[in-house]
Amino acid sequence: MDLHYTDEQKAFRAEVRDWMSANVPADPLPSFDGGRAGFEAHRDWEARLNQGRWGMVTWPEAYGGRELDLIRWLIFEEEYYAAGAPLRVNQNGIFLLGPTLMEYGTQEQKARFLPPMATGEEIWAQAWSEPQAGSDLAAVRAKAVRDGDSYLLSGHKIWSSRAVMADWAFGLFRTDPASERHKGLSLILFPLDAEGVRRQAIAQINGETGFAELFLDEVRVPVGNRVGADGEGWRICMATAGFERGLMLRSPARFQMTARRLVELYEANRETCTAAQRDAVAEAWMAAEAYALSIYATASRLIAGGSIGAEASLNKIFWSEMDIQMHETALAILGARAELLPTASAAGDVGRWLDGYLFSLAGPIYAGTNEIQRNIIAERLLGLPRG
Amino acid sequence: MNFAFSEEQTMMADVVRDLLARECGSAALRSRMTTACSFDRDRWRKLLELGLAGVLAPEDAGGLGLGGTDFVQIAEACGHACLPEPLVDYAGVVLPLLAECESDAAREMLAQGLETGAPIALAHPQTPWIVAANAASAFVLPGPDGLRLLAGEEVRRVQQPGIDPLRQLFTVSAEEAAGAQIAAHEAMPALLARAAERGAVFTAAELVGIAQACVDLAVAYAGERQQFGRAIGANQAIKHHLASAQVKIEFARPVVHAAAACIPAGPGFPPQSLETRARISHAMLAAGEAATLAARTALQVHGAMGYSWEVDVHLYLKRALSLTHRWGGPEHHRQRIAERILTAPLGPDRLFPQVAEEIETTPMKRTA
Repeated sequence: MDLHYTDEQKAFRAEVRDWMSANVPADPLPSFDGGRAGFEAHRDWEARLNQGRWGMVTWPEAYGGRELDLIRWLIFEEEYYAAGAPLRVNQNGIFLLGPTLMEYGTQEQKARFLPPMATGEEIWAQAWSEPQAGSDLAAVRAKAVRDGDSYLLSGHKIWSSRAVMADWAFGLFRTDPASERHKGLSLILFPLDAEGVRRQAIAQINGETGFAELFLDEVRVPVGNRVGADGEGWRICMATAGFERGLMLRSPARFQMTARRLVELYEANRETCTAAQRDAVAEAWMAAEAYALSIYATASRLIAGGSIGAEASLNKIFWSEMDIQMHETALAILGARAELLPTASAAGDVGRWLDGYLFSLAGPIYAGTNEIQRNIIAERLLGLPRG
Repeated sequence: MNFAFSEEQTMMADVVRDLLARECGSAALRSRMTTACSFDRDRWRKLLELGLAGVLAPEDAGGLGLGGTDFVQIAEACGHACLPEPLVDYAGVVLPLLAECESDAAREMLAQGLETGAPIALAHPQTPWIVAANAASAFVLPGPDGLRLLAGEEVRRVQQPGIDPLRQLFTVSAEEAAGAQIAAHEAMPALLARAAERGAVFTAAELVGIAQACVDLAVAYAGERQQFGRAIGANQAIKHHLASAQVKIEFARPVVHAAAACIPAGPGFPPQSLETRARISHAMLAAGEAATLAARTALQVHGAMGYSWEVDVHLYLKRALSLTHRWGGPEHHRQRIAERILTAPLGPDRLFPQVAEEIETTPMKRTA
């Protein structure tokens, strides 16, 4: 155990910090789920990141990466969020599909899809859930019917994040019509502007259209768009879900910065704060520290050749509950002003806490509800009997 | 940067776990519950034969000269076994404290402790009840003119009956001039402060072990106990309780391990920074909460059995209650966290306290 950064790691931190301070937009970008302008501004940011080769530092150089290990990825993320850099509009692509392609994709698929993913030219949406297949994802009905060298995709996907404006989606389809449950599913990539795709935006709790329904009617894609073998979709998607819940989707730095802002909010409102609010602020800061330390431990384990499986569910529960606790604490400190939008003349320093609070409420739901995560922990980590 | 234990560290902890599995199982624990002194000298001797007393003691004094990360998993194993003997205090706090005292009497006592395993108890202001004073042959007591080392017959022990059936608690007093002075009045606060930091780190590790033992007990029971024609552990209500307890444990453990890394190998202790103190307090708070939640969860999962004397859950619940209030208690630790977050720089680059001073880049601005 050695909890010191090496000289190289320190130099790397300084390099990231310098680039970020020279390149991060001075004013926050408009939300990528609020309209085309915000979406495209975030796409431009992805391109700029890629020009600095900061798009995805763990990726191979051939795809715009730097082939860095997970410790440097953590350092990068720390500096990224500390600099107030924009959220990643292509997170479905770079954090979920990207690693999946790297592991299961063919050379052709990697060469075709990874470079435009890295530059933000192609923004990705996830098309897994269906009206009847939410927590019970194996109930997927959307089908891919083989027709020569093509698949014809048909079905109804829902809760597809970014799908209103994204360019491509990766979906789970039944390629074996006689199959049931986890068998006979395949992971297939399809363009969202293809003939036969109809997208319908869904307004979210915050009024934005961060996700969409997708109605697919014989959407023709080449067989080469299938990732992995026919019928391997479930296994591959579960590996993707591991990345999502495990490490990449929610790196600790974002929460450490939220904790820092929360302490600043407390300091600014100290005169009206109670001892219980001080303790809640301390609780939030400790949670962010604990999460970061845990991820450093996981990263160290992975670097030494370990793997991450059901442990990912522990992380998902922890960060999602922490995020809510942090935002609830902020709203409690703001008191009556908590319900005001930043544009209200009496809003004062309400900032974006309300927005963040609403978003935090989605945390225990997406990427597998926390109830499903608790089942996974109980059955796969603790060894309790399946229900 | 490598936040993982070495093979040697894990192997050493495995050896201790194996020994405790043999010597400190449920039957062994229960055989000592009805005795006036639960301290089992035979088990104590076997533990010390592994060389555990000297893990943190300096090499020139006959110890192994190792650091906190070498002992933290051992302390966790002691908690998991609900070990009655105060090995964690002895090896983690008392002997390192003696090693820091500049006096012949302290050096001799340390050598004797390492050689014979003579139990030595410390009366520390932050742990008012002295565990197993009935088994101790020597005492370290703070006095008005400094730290004193006393023989067993030089102190007056008053038992303070407590809830933990495996550990007897005492208050201890002595005549002002009794025994030998081992540290001067001026040196005492720093020595006691460092002892308290070590105590908190390793007690936190014990608490994590207790928490994990509670989940383990409840998982085993929930897998066996049948109701409505199936194991109760197949029900989500049970699963979710236990999963929540496990989440608490998993996010306490790395904090405890990082806190242990604040205790370096060799003599002395780094200058106490706000960050180090907060890390150690965080470890105590997180581990205490994990143990409390896990013990209560285990009790609930066991149902009426959990409320009985027959099942071991109560042993862990009581030990957790005892340990969470040692070395300052939760409010003390929350205050240290508040002090750190309200006065020192915050941000993702401040995660590793011993690193904070070395960072070349400018600290991020504070609004305060």
